[in-house]
Amino acid sequence: MTAAAKITPAFDVEKVRADFPILSRQVYGKPLVYLDSGASAQKPRQVLDAMTRFAETDYANVHRGVHYLSAAATDAYEAARRTVQKFLHAAREDEIVFTKGGTEAINLVSYGFLAPRIQPGDEIVLSVMEHHSNIVPWHFLRERQGAVLKWVDVRDDGSLDIEALDAAIGPKTRLVAITHMSNVLGTVTPLREIVARAHAKNVPVLADGCQGAVHEIIDVQALDIDFYALTGHKIYGPTGIGALYAKRTHLKAMRPFNGGGEMIREVSQDIVTYADPPARFEAGTPPIIESVGLAVAMDYLMALDRAAVKAHEHDLLTYARERLRDFNWLRVIGDAPGKGAIISFEAEGMHAHDLATILDREGVAVRAGHHCAQPLMERFGVASTSRASFGLYNTRADADALVAGLSKAREILG
Amino acid sequence: MDQSLRELYQEVILDHSRHPRHFGALDNATHKADGYNPLCGDRVTIMLALDADGRVADIKFQGKGCAISQASASMMTEMLAGRTQAEAQKLMDGFLHLVKGEDAHDLSPDDREYLDVMSGLSEFPMRVKCATLAWHTFRNAVEEGKNAVDEGATDESAA
Repeated sequence: MTAAAKITPAFDVEKVRADFPILSRQVYGKPLVYLDSGASAQKPRQVLDAMTRFAETDYANVHRGVHYLSAAATDAYEAARRTVQKFLHAAREDEIVFTKGGTEAINLVSYGFLAPRIQPGDEIVLSVMEHHSNIVPWHFLRERQGAVLKWVDVRDDGSLDIEALDAAIGPKTRLVAITHMSNVLGTVTPLREIVARAHAKNVPVLADGCQGAVHEIIDVQALDIDFYALTGHKIYGPTGIGALYAKRTHLKAMRPFNGGGEMIREVSQDIVTYADPPARFEAGTPPIIESVGLAVAMDYLMALDRAAVKAHEHDLLTYARERLRDFNWLRVIGDAPGKGAIISFEAEGMHAHDLATILDREGVAVRAGHHCAQPLMERFGVASTSRASFGLYNTRADADALVAGLSKAREILG
Repeated sequence: MDQSLRELYQEVILDHSRHPRHFGALDNATHKADGYNPLCGDRVTIMLALDADGRVADIKFQGKGCAISQASASMMTEMLAGRTQAEAQKLMDGFLHLVKGEDAHDLSPDDREYLDVMSGLSEFPMRVKCATLAWHTFRNAVEEGKNAVDEGATDESAA
């Protein structure tokens, strides 16, 4: 096997790498091998430049002033919304709510949509592989309103048991909250099937798309999904911005989350009336510059052959996975068919943090810990794992560096 | 090989982490506290028995964690046995200075020598909390009314 092998001619990884300035830097005198895109992805020059250019030429607050720049900024902000709409294949632009991230998007659904519908004993179905951001908002409803969390297990290979999920959806279920791609296992869930099963019982579905939106092509209409949450910084865009897609009928029925400017129709001393969605859910000055960055990041992805990107990432996964089989002291957690390019593992006699420290000194950035998915750690009987997560800019050479670093760790700690 | 890595993971540390001293339950414990590092999920329980003079008559620990946290807990229990609370506090202050790369003048020459293997940590600021978890948990065990250490909690005296 050679590191230089390129199997997807439709995708030129070197050309992509050249767009990401940070990838050319060194850490500890070694080339950076960034395998932590699942935590936060690096940003291409196009995103960074667009944000700077916008701030230098067209910036002002949105939806407020009558002056030239306010109109220019509002245009840019609303154009960004249409880009997100296009990215998700949503029917209408006003089905896109900008949030500060995926977490806020899910909390918005919890507070604005579900909380008013929850009676004690009502159930929320979720999987054990959820990120804390798709767990804790539902725990709020358990603590405050007596909701019951119904957990759906994954199989030993990390795949979702769709029959178990179906069985968990009962007459008291008010929502299915499920990840599109596990940030630990890489498991991609069959959203269309999940939605079909849930809708058959009149239960809406929320997908946590923080990982899924990066690696899968999303068509919310084809999925017929009710809510899809995503974050900007994992999708090669900036921090501080995310988005919630919600069906128009849901958004219109939702109560506002944050109160403040922008989200009102009229305020008096006695009453307040609210703006229509999406403005109703965008109180205060939104992340304006970040919206421009997010749109450019999505445009960047959409300009690529996304099937080829996916094939490239799949090649990295397969290649790295094969190479790791040489280490009989290493256990990979999560081998679901069709999974994304995330590899979590534990190493015999080596704690994830010690491993990550040694890899770090080799220039290899991985994540170590519980990955904000403690129920999943419990499911697999581990306190923590190390995780290598690949992005579109990674190469087989990066996987080789991971393998070499692991050998070194074994040498030091083993 | 990165020299700082060699200094961090030297044989003494690895030996303590693989064969921790004073590991297990302490049946006659007078003080006990649990420590938790939410960053990595590591847990440690410190159990100790103070005698009539306020000396650490016996001390044990249990838990799971990285090599640094296990070695640190093991070495701590080795050092604390027989010390008064005041002596323990002074030792802890010195230890914290040492691992943060500060002047550890409060350590006696013997203690400084024993703990020298931990001084490599100052090159790894992200890992200092691994080493301090056991010590903070010890402090909470001896201080009445406190029985849980959470390295993620805001605690100006912990940093």
